Amino acid sequence: MNSGIDLQQSVIEILSNLGLPPGVAKLVWLPLPMVLMLVTAVLGVFTGVWLERKISAAAQQRIGPEYIGPLGILAPAADGLKLLFKEDITPGNADAVLFTIGPALVVIPVFLSYLVVPFGQNMLISDLSIGVFLWIALSSIAPIGLLMSGYASNNKYSLLGGLRAAAQSISYEIPLALAVLAVVMMSNSLSTIDIVNQQSGYGILGWNVWRQPVGLLLFWIAALAECERLPFDLPEAEEEIVAGYQTEYSGMKFALFYIGSYVNLVLSALFVAILYFGGWGFPVPLEQVASLLGVSETNAVFQVVMAAIGIVTTLLKAYFFIFLAILLRWTVPRVRIDQLLDLGWKFLLPVGLANLLLTAGLKLTFPFAFGG
Amino acid sequence: MNLAEGVQTISFALLALMMIGAALGVVLLDNIVYSAFLLGGVFISISGLYLLLNADFVSAAQILIYVGAVNVLILFAIMLVNKREDFSPVPRRWIRKGGAALVSVGLFALLGTMVVQTPWVIPANLPATTSTLIILGEHFFSDYLLPFELASVLLLMALVGAVVLARREYVLDDEASVGEMPQLPLQLPERPKEPVALSGTSAPSR
Repeated sequence: MNSGIDLQQSVIEILSNLGLPPGVAKLVWLPLPMVLMLVTAVLGVFTGVWLERKISAAAQQRIGPEYIGPLGILAPAADGLKLLFKEDITPGNADAVLFTIGPALVVIPVFLSYLVVPFGQNMLISDLSIGVFLWIALSSIAPIGLLMSGYASNNKYSLLGGLRAAAQSISYEIPLALAVLAVVMMSNSLSTIDIVNQQSGYGILGWNVWRQPVGLLLFWIAALAECERLPFDLPEAEEEIVAGYQTEYSGMKFALFYIGSYVNLVLSALFVAILYFGGWGFPVPLEQVASLLGVSETNAVFQVVMAAIGIVTTLLKAYFFIFLAILLRWTVPRVRIDQLLDLGWKFLLPVGLANLLLTAGLKLTFPFAFGG
Repeated sequence: MNLAEGVQTISFALLALMMIGAALGVVLLDNIVYSAFLLGGVFISISGLYLLLNADFVSAAQILIYVGAVNVLILFAIMLVNKREDFSPVPRRWIRKGGAALVSVGLFALLGTMVVQTPWVIPANLPATTSTLIILGEHFFSDYLLPFELASVLLLMALVGAVVLARREYVLDDEASVGEMPQLPLQLPERPKEPVALSGTSAPSR
């Protein structure tokens, strides 16, 4: 298996050739991918917000933002500026410390999860052996932040919203984990890189969608619930509890929740692409095509083109699911809290267990197709 | 000392400080909500220590189970029962305090002797572990099989107990008059729960 581009190696070599000792070169390299990933995530938020506005407008036969930059591209930036200049209010009798820590606790785990999102063979911050499990573990911290901000706001709607958010995310984590477990069982590894590599080789035919259709549905429903997107946005339910745990927040603290929700949406869409749609794999197996045409795998131009195609493919797949999520928001009505919990515990959980059992059986029966 | 060792030392110091500070906060603070949130801090610090010990899976599992499930449930319980109450001082409180101190000191002495007596020498030519996950799995299904299965039985018992506690039986009025659709009342009357020991031999009224 050719490893493709290794940016870390190249950058450290270049820096060493400039006369830096290898230790210092590595130290200079260390923050680069993290900063790059942060920028990617924030740009993802901007794109997500813009898409949300444009697609919502299209769904309601409006035009949407038009004058803020070409096609209203700068609308999210205007949003950000507005939030930046807003007064930061702490409500009376609120618990100021918890009120401040809450939003941070919601946002930090989401950004940390970008550690394991791959855009190519070597294009991720860290290929951890626990990969997707890290994402699941980190996403379980967010409810604490939500409960904290709900409690600290000194507002009954906030408290209700916080409790709903916590109940929702702990009940939908289980089907999510079961769906991921079925995929992990087929690829024999938790590492995101291994999961994508297991799907590569046959182009679109090798993707996990065909082997895990039920798992994909489960994962998508649970991921929407984890992101608090519209069929499941009960923690915010404007018509019932004002804005849930965000009611008392303004300015940058509110912006943290806002950014967190969109980063989480992008992250979930990326994970759908990685787990079920072959990650950076192109629908046509490009390596085989290249070898048919006689292009060597070690060709530098070929590698750069492949890396670029990988990044674009991953993002395209992810943004398709973001589009789907936004479209769902304007198509499906909100479920009630009891329906939500019923769906999670009485339907998704048994289906998830059955899916896991079926995958295990198929894996034993057809080891060549289900990763023996 | 190279870069990696320096980072490890500093992380260990920070994590230990965080853990001890948060643990003291859990015990000493009056506000029970603060205690519960600080407990989450203790769990996260412990998972950081696991990470320093190369136990990456255990560390993620620690976050998932203790922070994501146990601590959230504790917070849930506290916030659903948010009762502001002034506790009256209990007479002869020193007996309880003394008992607690005795148990704590005894536990500390036990753990201390264990730490001192265990040989902590690491064999020099230890093979590098590639995946802790595989080793954990092998242990679970070979020499730790019995504890593993016992733990699953324990969880099953907890599950059954939760179902028994959460199950409600509704009393439906099934004597609808002829020709009418039976009207379901908006609120279903619940069958009163009687502990089996109290209800005796007499059958329930329905």
